Amino acid sequence: MNWISNYVRPRINSIFSRRETPDNLWTKCDECGTMLFHRELSDNLNVCSNCNHHMGITPRARFQALFDGGVFVEVDVPEPVADPLHFRDQKKYPDRMKSAQKNTGEKEAMLVATGEIGRTPIVAAAQDFSFMGGSMGMYVGNAIIAAAEEAVKLGRPLVLFSAAGGARMQEGILSLMQMPRTTVAIQMLREANLPYIVVLTHPTTGGVTASYAMLGDIQIAEPNALICFAGPRVIEQTIREKLPEGFQRAEYLLDHGMLDRVTDRREMRKELITVLRMLMDMPPPVWGDLPAPTDTPELPAPDAAGEK
Amino acid sequence: MHYLDFEKPLAEIEGKAEELRAMAKVNEEMDIEAEAKALDAKADGLLKDLYSKLTPWRKCQVARHPERPHCQDYIEALFTEYTPLAGDRNFADDLAVMGGLARFNDRPVVVIGHEKGKDTNSRLKHNFGMARPEGYRKAIRLMDMADRFRLPVVTLVDTPGAYPGKGAEERGQSEAIARCTEKCLQIGVPSVTVITGEGGSGGAVAFATANRVAMLEHSVYSVISPEGCASILWKDAEKMREAAEALRLTAQDLHKLAVIDRIIKEPMGGAHRDSESTIAAVGATIAAMLADLEDKKPADLIKQRRKKFLDMGSRGLAA
Repeated sequence: MNWISNYVRPRINSIFSRRETPDNLWTKCDECGTMLFHRELSDNLNVCSNCNHHMGITPRARFQALFDGGVFVEVDVPEPVADPLHFRDQKKYPDRMKSAQKNTGEKEAMLVATGEIGRTPIVAAAQDFSFMGGSMGMYVGNAIIAAAEEAVKLGRPLVLFSAAGGARMQEGILSLMQMPRTTVAIQMLREANLPYIVVLTHPTTGGVTASYAMLGDIQIAEPNALICFAGPRVIEQTIREKLPEGFQRAEYLLDHGMLDRVTDRREMRKELITVLRMLMDMPPPVWGDLPAPTDTPELPAPDAAGEK
Repeated sequence: MHYLDFEKPLAEIEGKAEELRAMAKVNEEMDIEAEAKALDAKADGLLKDLYSKLTPWRKCQVARHPERPHCQDYIEALFTEYTPLAGDRNFADDLAVMGGLARFNDRPVVVIGHEKGKDTNSRLKHNFGMARPEGYRKAIRLMDMADRFRLPVVTLVDTPGAYPGKGAEERGQSEAIARCTEKCLQIGVPSVTVITGEGGSGGAVAFATANRVAMLEHSVYSVISPEGCASILWKDAEKMREAAEALRLTAQDLHKLAVIDRIIKEPMGGAHRDSESTIAAVGATIAAMLADLEDKKPADLIKQRRKKFLDMGSRGLAA
């Protein structure tokens, strides 16, 4: 009975529940409650057309909108030791990993790619909040190191989109060690005199903010993104008072001198191109609908999001 | 003596022995020495038994023991001419972090550490060892100076974590920690760290990114407190024992993972039972770690430190 109910039945259910279309054609904006048609929403980069609320976006969807013609090449990330601590809470860590992989169709919480934006060659890395809260473990550390090494090798700037609840507790101390590890990666860029731009998206908290996400040459955030070291609930419990409106949100940090800019997601690509071309001492961009670069050899079409 | 909850049976026996001796002082005819000695022996046996197999959670309790020697004790005993230097030149002086110039075995060094305080007043003054951005920025300033004047840096880590407060966040707690870790990686002088009690997450790593890292036998070093981890992953803060187990936060496990270089033995019953010998052992380890790094060129020190952290995690625990 146990074997049947715990193993066989979920297996059968999962075969039948695999759907080709999203389970819901409409998404409700969690800010203003407007029902948004999924096609329109993704065309608008998951920004609510009614209230401009920025919802989560996967690295793949972001890269498709970011790179010229939606074309990018993934950078290989060295595989770390799986489950180094044999961690087990209410679930085993490998089981949590498997279900995250199944739900997102991604291998891990960070995607690294090379490509061009506005004909400006860059390396980009984006963290996936939908994959175990974007948490930083060995893989994310390896991804950032790989991204920095690729940028140094190609002489390109690195643009990093952060989104994470913090360190991956299931990797214990090794997740904490990603703070110095990723800091070394950022130093490689600095020594090679290459720009490092961080785009902080909702939410970026904990050990991630206390390392690579706060070390950018230029720090840009998406509107209303929560950016903090300690979360608001922890602080309220510690100081036992209500926090001010907008505390730890992007605009609040901008007011307190912690960011350079707060920029709408739909303007981000343009802004990155403008800034990077100045930092790289390239001529100003020509704005137009750019097709994919033609001289790049054998670019595989990016996998459709959510499929593996 | 402050007893931890698992030391209750020990407290009873030691209490009884003490009572007997007090009674004998008043009443001279009583011959209790034999009985008191038997109790002492029993207490010793129990202490050995308890401390030879401390669970990870019990280690957390020992690491947080209020009578454990603190930064100030180590500095007073191991360093001479300690000259505290204050302030981050921006906003304030953070008393959760103490630091300055001092001599270690006559050699001038920069010493930096978290101080928790030892009674209610000093704990409030030092904010229980939880640093604000100013603490990390003071440390950055001191490390910069050490680098310029070629002085080794010794850090002593004992913090529950960086302070989660409103002002700390507004003044850039995360940026301060990130820059402090970055500074640790940049200095071209030998750097050694001893984790003497609690190594609490980012607040600890900002000081512990060093060429050599040692831990006291019953100290802990973790990405999150067991209580915090339990409330997130078990949805129940009372599951801290399970969380402490799962996090592998003991010096012994961290040594196996090659996250730390050395374990410093504590006296039987923990550092708080014999501060003097604990401090001496820490001093000997600092001396040995500094000797390891002597005569190394600045560039090599930076390279070694970087490589050490880049390589970290290339092996997991054996199944």
